[in-house]
Amino acid sequence: MSALIEVKGLDKAFGGVHAVEGVSFAVEAGQVYSVIGPNGAGKTTLFNLISGIYTPTKGEIRLNGESTAKLEPNQLAERGMCRTFQQMQICMNMTAIENVMLGRHLKLKSNLFSTLFRLPALLRDEQSCRQRAAELMEFVGCGEYLDTEASAMSYGALKRLEIARALAAEPKVILLDEPAAGLNGTETAALEELIRKIADQGTTVMLVEHDMKLVMGISDRLLVLNYGRVLAEGIPEEIRNNPDVIAAYLGG
Amino acid sequence: MVNRFMQSRLRDLVFLAIILFALPAFLSNPFHYDLATQMAIIAATVVGLNLLVGFAGQISLGHAGFFGLGAYFSGIMTGSYGWSSIPALLVGAVLVGIIAWIVGRPILRLKGHYLSMATLAVGFIIAIIINNETWLTGGPDGMPVPSLDIFGWELSPFGSYSLFGMELDGNQAWYLFAALVLLVAVWFAQNLIDSPIGRALRSVHGSEVAARVVGVNTASYKSLVFVISAIYASLMGGLYAHFQGFITPAVAAFDFSIVLITMVVLGGMGSTMGVILGAVVLKLLPQVLADFQELETVMFGLILMLTMIFMPKGLLPTIQMAVSKRMKKKAGGQA
Repeated sequence: MSALIEVKGLDKAFGGVHAVEGVSFAVEAGQVYSVIGPNGAGKTTLFNLISGIYTPTKGEIRLNGESTAKLEPNQLAERGMCRTFQQMQICMNMTAIENVMLGRHLKLKSNLFSTLFRLPALLRDEQSCRQRAAELMEFVGCGEYLDTEASAMSYGALKRLEIARALAAEPKVILLDEPAAGLNGTETAALEELIRKIADQGTTVMLVEHDMKLVMGISDRLLVLNYGRVLAEGIPEEIRNNPDVIAAYLGG
Repeated sequence: MVNRFMQSRLRDLVFLAIILFALPAFLSNPFHYDLATQMAIIAATVVGLNLLVGFAGQISLGHAGFFGLGAYFSGIMTGSYGWSSIPALLVGAVLVGIIAWIVGRPILRLKGHYLSMATLAVGFIIAIIINNETWLTGGPDGMPVPSLDIFGWELSPFGSYSLFGMELDGNQAWYLFAALVLLVAVWFAQNLIDSPIGRALRSVHGSEVAARVVGVNTASYKSLVFVISAIYASLMGGLYAHFQGFITPAVAAFDFSIVLITMVVLGGMGSTMGVILGAVVLKLLPQVLADFQELETVMFGLILMLTMIFMPKGLLPTIQMAVSKRMKKKAGGQA
């Protein structure tokens, strides 16, 4: 079976700076695959490339065997990829549940006519969409915020809300960019539990994270980046004992 | 919860209907009715513009262009070519929609000031064409427009009608008709906003990246809302032309575009009821300030600026917030 995500010789240059250089790896379906590395190693750039927000300078990304070179982020979403952001991207002009319902955008068939006249079919769809969104908010642990304005929610709750929105699209693969950043110990433990639950449902998870304890605990495989290049790749055990990784992290 | 939301949607519409149909009690002469009818037509235009500006977070400084196109298309087709009003209005709306789509597709890729400038240019081009094609539009002198006929039934400010046994003069009948049009315009706008399409539109405003990664084709949605708001403007322009009976290029002019945007900003971007209030206030203002007519443009600019600085949410949302804060305080005091 071929990999769900396959990256070959990926390169992204901003002017003269190579943020990502010659990166290759593969993510099998069902894995929790983490990308780690010191600040500025190119992790978020890598995510932006995979999710179609940046176009690669060189190299190739395949999702389910299909090259993603010409695909926009919304087309990648149609093919089952969804993500969250390090700098959270929440629609602050909407309520919490509307943000999650937005995640189901591709699951809803609506035309202008039934919208303008608010036909019963549309209302039924909306009702079930809302129901599903509420379940997801419960699942990620922000069920108490349903009709709260997003702008009135706490940072930690918004982080979970963003995951709920990504899950609402029922993605094959979900990319989480530093989901634990800014969370306290309890919240991080809850997050670990949540990522496990997502993976258990069969969703492939790609994770960028700084919290080593979290990453080592839940990842099936890890990719270590340093200065845009692959430093190491393998199972947590190998990474933990890799002298290059230790050097990069401890500045040896 | 859904029920509560439904009620709040209907509440606005019912509230508006009550005001609209109670208003005649305070209107005593044809001039009042004339003004109120204009207000309703402009308000419906602004409700459409608000979909673009308030909900999708885009801007158009050329919307009078679409209003003017609708007005002149209706005027020319009914006046010079003997069309009936309804087909003229509808065909005009479709044509304006197509023009908006063709123009909108490339310019909506722009953001901020660049988008403002591009839409400004679109408005200018339309105004210049209307001004210069004298053979068709009468040029700066304007052109007369026949009164509205709805499948053979003529609605004219100079006619007289009877409705449920009530005697109405033409101005009163026109006002009731315009009020009805406004209600329908608001109903459509509310239905659009509170739907998957509306959510996608609002997400373009809230976070365009977020919208894209969940699968919203933001470019198409921007075009869609641009087209819808242009169609609103076109239809209202057509009605305005029939109501006034005479149009000049002023209906497509830059000044009028600015007035429309000011109504949205003053009333409250993203608040359908708010922008109607904005339209009413800014339509009344020139009447109040009749003695300072030459300062009108200055006043509009000043209002726009002061609103942005002191009431960035706009008139109605600010009032609503103040009221609910006061109510909360009261409730807190009793507890």
